[in-house]
Amino acid sequence: MTDSRQILDAAWIKRAIARLAHEVVERNGGAEELVIVGLYTNGILLAERLAAAITELEGCQVPVGTMDITLYRDDVGIRANGPRLPDRRGTQMPVDISEKTVLLVDDVLNTGRSIRAALDQLMDFGRARKVQLAGLIDRGGRELPIRPDFVGRKVTIGLDENVRVRLVENDGADEVLIVPKGT
Amino acid sequence: MNWTQKHLLGLEPLSAEQINIILDTAESFREVSTRKRKKVPTLTGKVVVMMFVEPSTRTLTSFSLAARRLSADVVSFSKAGSSISKGETLVDTAKNIQAMGIDVIVLRHPFPGAPHLLARELDASVVNAGDGTHEHPTQGLLDIFTMRDKKKQIEGLTVAIVGDIKYSRVARSNIWGLKKLGARVIVCGPATLIPPGIEELGVEVEYDLDKIIPECDVINILRIQLERQQSGLFPSIREYAQVFGLNEERLSRAKDDLLIMHPGPMNRGIEITPEVADGPHSVVLNQVTNGLAVRMAVLYLVSGATG
Repeated sequence: MTDSRQILDAAWIKRAIARLAHEVVERNGGAEELVIVGLYTNGILLAERLAAAITELEGCQVPVGTMDITLYRDDVGIRANGPRLPDRRGTQMPVDISEKTVLLVDDVLNTGRSIRAALDQLMDFGRARKVQLAGLIDRGGRELPIRPDFVGRKVTIGLDENVRVRLVENDGADEVLIVPKGT
Repeated sequence: MNWTQKHLLGLEPLSAEQINIILDTAESFREVSTRKRKKVPTLTGKVVVMMFVEPSTRTLTSFSLAARRLSADVVSFSKAGSSISKGETLVDTAKNIQAMGIDVIVLRHPFPGAPHLLARELDASVVNAGDGTHEHPTQGLLDIFTMRDKKKQIEGLTVAIVGDIKYSRVARSNIWGLKKLGARVIVCGPATLIPPGIEELGVEVEYDLDKIIPECDVINILRIQLERQQSGLFPSIREYAQVFGLNEERLSRAKDDLLIMHPGPMNRGIEITPEVADGPHSVVLNQVTNGLAVRMAVLYLVSGATG
């Protein structure tokens, strides 16, 4: 496979978010104690869309947090290009997460290491009553025992491929692509 | 945009892009100090040595807290009661400590160039916390960070540095950083305390503070060292306060959004009056808070670089 190909389009993303919003609300019996936390960068955009969809269903505002896991990664060693630079806006929790249900959101779930880092960082903000995980795409390949509660679509790809989620706010279009590794 | 510098020895060798990397990284570290649990695990298992051959409280505390907030192990080392007072050379002392397995040395030393010497001789990263009258890069960075935070950008700002420029490493680091980022810099003070030729750094020299006050966006006030008065560099403390002290009367002729900064410790009533120090223009305490974030950023960046 040498070219990028689209496997899911904007319409699918829209429906997936709507379905995920329903699932989240059903599983938690509402959205009263819900806080949605997105991982940079696409996770945050998806978190905001999910929060908006849930507000439409339930009528209540759902706080959205942004999480940068750069400081909690397990590969904080020396890289050829120098240290990863954290996002300027950093991690922002809109409310105290103690006793809340926190929903972590990321665009692609793969090894599970990003989520592990996110969980550790979340613990440093307080003791949530419950933490759940939503991923738009699950491409498998876990290296840690991490599992999502809500998934848009499970995708199987080749060893020489990657999944890329593009969102209109940053990339100009909503779509899910399979791309050759290294692009 | 990559950071590849293993050491931070000064602002003079850095490019504008590199300075902005530090400032942006510092911004993302600011939030850590607002958490209930003020720690991130990023430098777990790393050892940071505070080697303060010249005494300090605030810089030492700030660097120590910054390292601890990154979960690094901190060891402090001062001149008093150490092998340096027994005549051991700087490099020997540092190499002995390095042999115990350390990652970063934060050095404050009375001789300019001391951190550069260590950087050449050691494998560890070296961060300059003040080398004589040469540079104090993290102070320069936190001053610039504070200005950028309040004024959105440095380019085009008019910044006056007022006081003892000649003996000030803070002034020099401020000048290097601000000029790289495109600010207009004016140094102001008694002629005896402004080194001749400083215009070569791209700064304007002005001896009349009242003349420049209405043009300034930021005034960074340096502490007057009272010992200098004894060496006859200005006639009296009272005269200094009258001619160069920032007081409310002078502020009334300044821009409404003028920022007043001071690296500390302040001589209240001499270079700055209590009303100005505690007044609405003063961002002195912001500087201290920002200093933590800047030092965390510097330790994070040098620890991850091979350069």
